[in-house]
Amino acid sequence: MQQILIDLDKCLGCRSCELSCAVAHSASRNLFDALAEAVPPRARVAVERSGETNFPIQCRHCSDPQCVKACMTGALTQDPRQGLVVQDTLKCVGCWMCVMVCPFGAIVQDNSRRVALKCDRCPNRTEPACVEACPTKAITCQEVEEYSKEKRQAFLQRFTCEEVPA
Amino acid sequence: MKKWEKVTIDPSARGLLPKAQADGVETVWDRYEAQQPQCGFGQLGLCCRNCVQGPCRINPFGEPHRGICGATADLIVARNLVRGVAGGTASHVDHAFDAVEALYQAASGKIPYEIKGEAKLAAVARKLGLQTEGKEKNQLACEVAEVAFRDFANHTRTPMRWLTATAPAERVEIWEKLGILPRNPDREIREAIHQTAMGMDADPVNLLLAAAKLGLADGYGGLHLATDIQDILFGTPMPVETEANMGVLKEDHVNIVIHGHVPLLSEKVVEWAEKLKEEARAAGAAGIQVAGICCTGNEVLMRRGVPPAGSYLSQELAIVTGAVDAMVVDVQCIMPSLANVAACYHTKIITTMPIVKIPGAEHVPFALATADKDAENIVRIALEAYHRRDPAKVAIPQVKSKMWGGFSVEAILGALRAINAEDPLKPLVDNIAIGNILGAVATVGCNNAKVVQDRAHVELVKALIKENVLVVTTGCSAHALAKAGLMTPEAANSAGPGLRAVLSAVGQAAGLGGPLPPVLHMGSCVDNSRVADLVSALAAYLKAPVKDLPVAASAPELQHEKALSIGTWAVALGIFTHLGVVPPVLGSAQVVKLLTADLEGLVGGKFYVETDPLKAAEGIIAHLRAQRRKLDL
Repeated sequence: MQQILIDLDKCLGCRSCELSCAVAHSASRNLFDALAEAVPPRARVAVERSGETNFPIQCRHCSDPQCVKACMTGALTQDPRQGLVVQDTLKCVGCWMCVMVCPFGAIVQDNSRRVALKCDRCPNRTEPACVEACPTKAITCQEVEEYSKEKRQAFLQRFTCEEVPA
Repeated sequence: MKKWEKVTIDPSARGLLPKAQADGVETVWDRYEAQQPQCGFGQLGLCCRNCVQGPCRINPFGEPHRGICGATADLIVARNLVRGVAGGTASHVDHAFDAVEALYQAASGKIPYEIKGEAKLAAVARKLGLQTEGKEKNQLACEVAEVAFRDFANHTRTPMRWLTATAPAERVEIWEKLGILPRNPDREIREAIHQTAMGMDADPVNLLLAAAKLGLADGYGGLHLATDIQDILFGTPMPVETEANMGVLKEDHVNIVIHGHVPLLSEKVVEWAEKLKEEARAAGAAGIQVAGICCTGNEVLMRRGVPPAGSYLSQELAIVTGAVDAMVVDVQCIMPSLANVAACYHTKIITTMPIVKIPGAEHVPFALATADKDAENIVRIALEAYHRRDPAKVAIPQVKSKMWGGFSVEAILGALRAINAEDPLKPLVDNIAIGNILGAVATVGCNNAKVVQDRAHVELVKALIKENVLVVTTGCSAHALAKAGLMTPEAANSAGPGLRAVLSAVGQAAGLGGPLPPVLHMGSCVDNSRVADLVSALAAYLKAPVKDLPVAASAPELQHEKALSIGTWAVALGIFTHLGVVPPVLGSAQVVKLLTADLEGLVGGKFYVETDPLKAAEGIIAHLRAQRRKLDL
């Protein structure tokens, strides 16, 4: 199962992911047309900055989701097949319990209705919109093992370069 | 630390920011925070919007390496920089052209302006090679304006007359060799926009030479031209005592803030505020207080002693005092947010120029022919607004510093003449030679919301004067230093012993009743031409090129495109130029190397980027020491 994984060194904070997420969840799914929609589309990813570090935060789709436990109407559930935390916005009553328990602040409010919104991993797209939009590939959607291997390789490369003088 | 302490060192701004918050006013700092994180591509200069196939962005960490047309990071960064410099150049050149037009019409008797700077008129005319003998002032002024008009109409390859008449000959020779002598300011701006269009120049080196040419077009077709003409029209500044900061606004007065850059309007507003003060008294006020923001403020400060209320970042806060009845703006550095801020108070924002209109502001079209009527109208709008002032909303921070302004080159030479009437530069040069004065630095330019307001200006300059560096200043840097109390005779006490002794000797000889301030206010941002004239005079006296002098320039908190073009001009003049905020060029290693190293080999000057003001002071001082060694001092 692929996960959305971030390379902290690569995020320039351009917010292209936010823009693209919003467009992907607009009625028209098109940047120019979305600008003219009565209700502006809402991004479910937000780039936050602390010190020199930028970080795009969206739902981490955790295996023990507090938001699902807190949801009293059953709007939030965990898909048993893929483990994704999915949402039925028709059932959402806007009690914001999920907002309060999510440790990442990954749940936002819809621009027109009093309902919660979160990352749905773009079920109708081959690749999540944020991943596709990220110009530095700071946001990737890949297997955890694959990501970790790359990280190990990067570490090793730095390690050997530093240890063995050229 | 309170959040307002993190954004400004100015006590008046720190006092007004909580009021802004309480009054529900959004300020530049709120918007800066809301803009975080800012686009990394933009910050690196790696975004190209020059054609409609784009926008293209170059990934500094990998693919894509090229834009759709094939432009590399080096090319995109260089093109963007040239366009920025063109923007700055256009701003100053347009300003200067307005002044030339005014001089011509004034000399033709068509507008209600009188030529007050006759000595300057004669001096400029002589520099331009005009025959001055027996000519009536209006005739000579017409001829001077016509020389400028000819530069703007020059369709030949000969360089601009204003440049060849005012720049050091040694420099003109170098610029000619590099092929960067501007012919016509308008043409250079046009050419630069053309050169950077899609499918044009792809050579970053050639593009940076175009930037240098634009810098020269700004220096002589913008800055120098504007200063010369404004001095001819309104007189050359002489030392004047006044006060700086929000405390200059008066609760019992009608307060008019003039904001922008061109003195054609502000001079008239100052005049009409004086003429209508009885009406203000009749309306129940004690009088009319005019105060300045930005460089139109500096213009009337230099010539009339009008006190500055604050610098660029404080423009909204002036309104937050609740005591400003009208803010009159002309051109440049005027935040579009002013109308929103003013909507929370009774303040009238008055736009005046056909190219600066702000929704929500009142537009009073200003024309030279009707300048008196327009200025009167504006002052009357302020009088009218005064009646609507809500006393409950008024809170003027009682913060102001005494200051001296008005140090034109003529004024500085005048003070030095008190020591040596025959050879006024000799005492200055002698003191540089024996090391009482280590060197001279000009701090210029803006405020920038990215950095703590005024901190870099003040910390840098305090560190410099302590090491016996004479500081001259213009623009918002001058406001910062005035507010910090560095433009008073007493401030000489914080200068190093060598500099202090010189300041005391000059001050006493010139009859200023105390030392000369260690920081000399030379005017508005176009008045950087005065700084260049001073440096050129020193170079001529020493028979050394400008690039070898122990001098430097610094824009500690630059913000505007104008700072880019002024900086480019300074570097082309051969001056080591410090920037305290990183300009959007880091996306190209080649452009960075050209700006901070290779340019030195071509023109003698280069850019030096350092965001820490104390480290910058060290870097500048190290440069001054190295320059002294070059001259065997």
